[in-house]
Amino acid sequence: MPRLNPDNLQRALDLIALYPQPRSALIPILHILQEQDGYLSEDGMNHVGELVGLEAVEVRGTASFYDMFHFEPVGRYLIAVCTNIACMLQGAYRLLEHAEERLGVAPGGTTADGMFTLEDAECLALCGNAPCLTVNWRFFGDVDPEGFDALTDDLRNGRLDDEVPPHGTLIRVRRSVGLAAAGPTDEATPQSAEVGADVDAGPAPHRSTGPAVELSTHRTTTATNVVDAAHLEGRQ
Amino acid sequence: MSEDTRNEVPVRLVRRPLVTESAVGTPPPAPAASGETVNITIDGRSVEAKAGQWIIDAADEAGVYIPRFCYHPRMKPVGMCRMCLVEVEGPRGPTLMPACYNPVADGMTIHTKSDKAVKAQEGVLEFLLVNHPLDCPVCDKGGECPLQDQTLAYGPGESRFVEEKRHWEKPIPISDLVYLDRERCIQCGRCVRFADEVAGDPFIDFAERGDRTEVAIFAGQPYGSNFSGNVVQICPVGALTAKPYRFKARPWDLQQVESTCTTCAVGCRSAVQASSNEVTRLIGVDSDPVNWGWLCDKGRFAFPAAAGSTRLSVPLVREGNELVEATWGAALARAAEGLARARRSGGIGVIGGARLPNEDAYVWSKTARMVFGTDSVDAQLGDGVPAETILGLPRATIDEAARAALVITVAPDIKEELPVLYLRLRHAVREQGTQLVELTPAPTGLTPYAAETAFYRPGELAALAAAVASSEPVTGDVAGVAGATIEAVRAHVARAAEVGSPSGPPVVVVLGRPSLAESEAQVAAAAHVLAGLPGVKFLSALRRGNIHGALDFGLSPGVLPGRVGLDAGREWFEYQWGAPLPAERGFDTAAMLNESSRGRMGALVLVGADPLTDFPDSNLALRGLLGARFVVAVDTHLNASVRHADVVLPASAWAERRGTFTNVEGRITWLSQLVVEHSVSWPDWMIASELAERMGVNLAFTCLEDIWAEIERVSPLHHGVHYELLSGIRARDGVVVPADAATIAQTVTSRPLDPMADPGIASAELHRIAPSALLVTSVEMTPEPDSIDPSDHVAYPEPPPSGASGEGVPAVPRPLGAPPVPAPSGAAPLAQGLRLVTRRTMWDGGTQVQAAAQLAGLAPDPAVRVNPAVLAEMGTAEGEMVVLRSSRGKLTVPAAADASLPAGTAVLTWNLPGGSAGDLVDSAAVATTVTIEAHGGGS
Repeated sequence: MPRLNPDNLQRALDLIALYPQPRSALIPILHILQEQDGYLSEDGMNHVGELVGLEAVEVRGTASFYDMFHFEPVGRYLIAVCTNIACMLQGAYRLLEHAEERLGVAPGGTTADGMFTLEDAECLALCGNAPCLTVNWRFFGDVDPEGFDALTDDLRNGRLDDEVPPHGTLIRVRRSVGLAAAGPTDEATPQSAEVGADVDAGPAPHRSTGPAVELSTHRTTTATNVVDAAHLEGRQ
Repeated sequence: MSEDTRNEVPVRLVRRPLVTESAVGTPPPAPAASGETVNITIDGRSVEAKAGQWIIDAADEAGVYIPRFCYHPRMKPVGMCRMCLVEVEGPRGPTLMPACYNPVADGMTIHTKSDKAVKAQEGVLEFLLVNHPLDCPVCDKGGECPLQDQTLAYGPGESRFVEEKRHWEKPIPISDLVYLDRERCIQCGRCVRFADEVAGDPFIDFAERGDRTEVAIFAGQPYGSNFSGNVVQICPVGALTAKPYRFKARPWDLQQVESTCTTCAVGCRSAVQASSNEVTRLIGVDSDPVNWGWLCDKGRFAFPAAAGSTRLSVPLVREGNELVEATWGAALARAAEGLARARRSGGIGVIGGARLPNEDAYVWSKTARMVFGTDSVDAQLGDGVPAETILGLPRATIDEAARAALVITVAPDIKEELPVLYLRLRHAVREQGTQLVELTPAPTGLTPYAAETAFYRPGELAALAAAVASSEPVTGDVAGVAGATIEAVRAHVARAAEVGSPSGPPVVVVLGRPSLAESEAQVAAAAHVLAGLPGVKFLSALRRGNIHGALDFGLSPGVLPGRVGLDAGREWFEYQWGAPLPAERGFDTAAMLNESSRGRMGALVLVGADPLTDFPDSNLALRGLLGARFVVAVDTHLNASVRHADVVLPASAWAERRGTFTNVEGRITWLSQLVVEHSVSWPDWMIASELAERMGVNLAFTCLEDIWAEIERVSPLHHGVHYELLSGIRARDGVVVPADAATIAQTVTSRPLDPMADPGIASAELHRIAPSALLVTSVEMTPEPDSIDPSDHVAYPEPPPSGASGEGVPAVPRPLGAPPVPAPSGAAPLAQGLRLVTRRTMWDGGTQVQAAAQLAGLAPDPAVRVNPAVLAEMGTAEGEMVVLRSSRGKLTVPAAADASLPAGTAVLTWNLPGGSAGDLVDSAAVATTVTIEAHGGGS
């Protein structure tokens, strides 16, 4: 069932047109597929293979090399807890254990209500705010167990719908494959460009993490925005 | 493999195909095409190497063995396993480099056994064994395993790894024929590279990464390649095993001979291995001009058919409605009696012979003309191309086709029918810059590689070929092909004439029968006009076993042994054989069946033929067999047609007897005997000799050597091709006839086999023939009263003494020249409807596939493929049953949509269990037309 929907199919075809070899568009299209379904389904990989002229097993072979592609359905929120050294020294394992108990799943597992998937992750590049985690690729730094509880409550109750899209992909990927090119970008502040791009990019309710959001128990960081803005400028 | 292998250096003549940039990935440095040499130093010894050659190849040629796993001489290197690390002195001091991935350079100094190199090799082996289960005692590869052998020779002796190894589910099937044991895999990538690079069927690939890396198939999509057995053959560990061989034998118990596969007409060399007088396995042997070590799955896995349940074990004779067992004496007497009667009244027709080795084809050809008194002999069952066309046109070799600037195929699906030729042509297109143009009514396995494919309307091939060969401006479509396409094809032809070929012809036409539902006259006419292209040569795409041997030895109406026409060779052969030849050209198979269906043939002799299954027009075949007054069948299996015989004589099969084989190029190679004849079966030539004897002619052949001696004497094509030469251990590549003495001497070279490239091939000199004890025919002849009236004996003069010369000796006849201009085919308008295309697939309802238990189920279900528009018009969905009707009959099959097909064409695969196109084909028509309607609607 989950092949690319018509909008995403058109995006895939646009991507293929960017390259001399159709298969060069494989990874960006896989991101679109994962954004659509939250994971790479077999039907979806078959579809992508047809589009770029590869056998499905080659699509899977390429995709499975990368840890950030999923091959099983994931929860509405994919929580990745960093366990690399900076976070580890700041209590990442305590956080991860807490998360496991709180959610009742081991890393890799999905809660029965389909709300959360928990993962342990390699360095997420937010060492200044260790321990950190991402939810659907949106950063949250200085997360302690209480902060985690508050975060999951907020997510469950929809209080962070403006910050975190249901499931999605890296904002950077969307830009780097040219999907965020259109939009009202004349006021080229990073924020407006970003918001405009995302609104224009499709029906999925993606919003950027926006300016630094100070939450009562957990703080996002400005780091993402710096990176994204720099990247955006690099493109222009 | 013995311990010797470690010290013994497997050396091979390295003739790597030119490596050029492929569509994907960074290509390794391309070895220079020039013949320049460079001086390098290997282990302190100064040697000469070819510029651009890989270090590992240069070392091989210098007699220095470098251990390796991922490197395979017939594939591009990847430098993946790191086993071939050697120390190379460079500007920044000695550096470790993979020898398979770095080309030699002038002045290069290489150390393969320095402390650093040895330490690196030991380290790599220790790493490769970290996750290897070391289950050698229960592993099929044990005893012939490159990992085992090289661990012993180059390993550190012990491992520091004490942790838990990774675990996988033990062997999982990745196809119906191949099992994968991921624990044993060392991720060398040979299989994955073969599937993608050589076969073009990338249905397996690496998945995951790091210590979770595995070779994988996609869910629900097995590794269903026509070439899957090759990945088992080249796997350097026991990770990939072939289902038919699993736990069958241990390598050291196997007997081995080198022989030629006779499943199709390509003639791949293979090592045939047996245990306890039972063939257990085939491994491709690297013959440089032919198969490069590859085999197709049918060739590799069909051998169990020889022991299948339908194998004929004893002679049978008809008693009423039944075939009952008989002694050889009784059966031969009955056959000779019936044939003698038929010779007097109605005449005898001989159908078949493509199964026979060359010698047997010669003896049957001679017997038919000299004893049966008939020229009605035809090894093609109406599914080929007229013999004069194939034999009379200039012939190309496979190498010449691969080196040509342009290959034009007028042929069936070569990937299904001549699979290893497909590998060679695909390689030529992808790596050697050969352009491919297809003239075909429906897509084939080569279509993705063709620069241009002209999908013509079945029945109009000759018109298309004429348009291609002409220089008149094209107006509109020709044969359903757009004018622009024809112009494009012409441009390819013109470019080919400009570019030329480094050696050989600029253009090679691969000529066969594009569809069994289209008249062979169309192919002959097309060949005739294509023969006018400048510098063109032809490579035959006739597929059935030794069909080219059969044609070369005269199993075709109007053609005598040595590609000599009946009239041109009459004087010579009457002199040599000492018997009058039939006065007139005989019937081909279609005409024989036609005559027989009207009760006008005295007898039909089926020599390894199953016209009911193989003749395109099943209806005519059945009427022909039912109308025959007397039928003798000489065969290995009880097939549908054999059941109609009055006398059935069991013949010995491949590997049960010696002989020689002729492939598509005219290349003669040796067939070895490995096991004893099945039951009381006889070689076909003995059966012919016995029949002749009982009909009054002593052919005086006592062994194959006698036969070949006569062939050399009487066949102008085979002068100078000595038997000792063909049977020699060094004659792997055989001899392409006709050949002069110098060519023959050049062809025969010695190339030891490479046990690292193709593990399992015994690296010692191969046993050429079975022990002499096996050669005793296990038959007790029961004397039978001679039931033939002595007056029926043919009174022939004694043949002249061999080598006679001088007065009265006729001149040696000249071989067939360019075929005559074909008569314009009947202009009768075709009926309305879809034009039918039918062609074969690898796994079908044929005897060989169905008699091999593990293959029988591989045949796909029948379906008719049409353009989606056809189904839309009928309101039928894909998969629903439709009824096809032709002037001959009707067939009910599921429909499948195929957007690549022209709207007016319907494609049915030939001879599948549960629905054969033979019920529809009208062999008298230029093309068969069918109507299509939804099942249940109006019938």
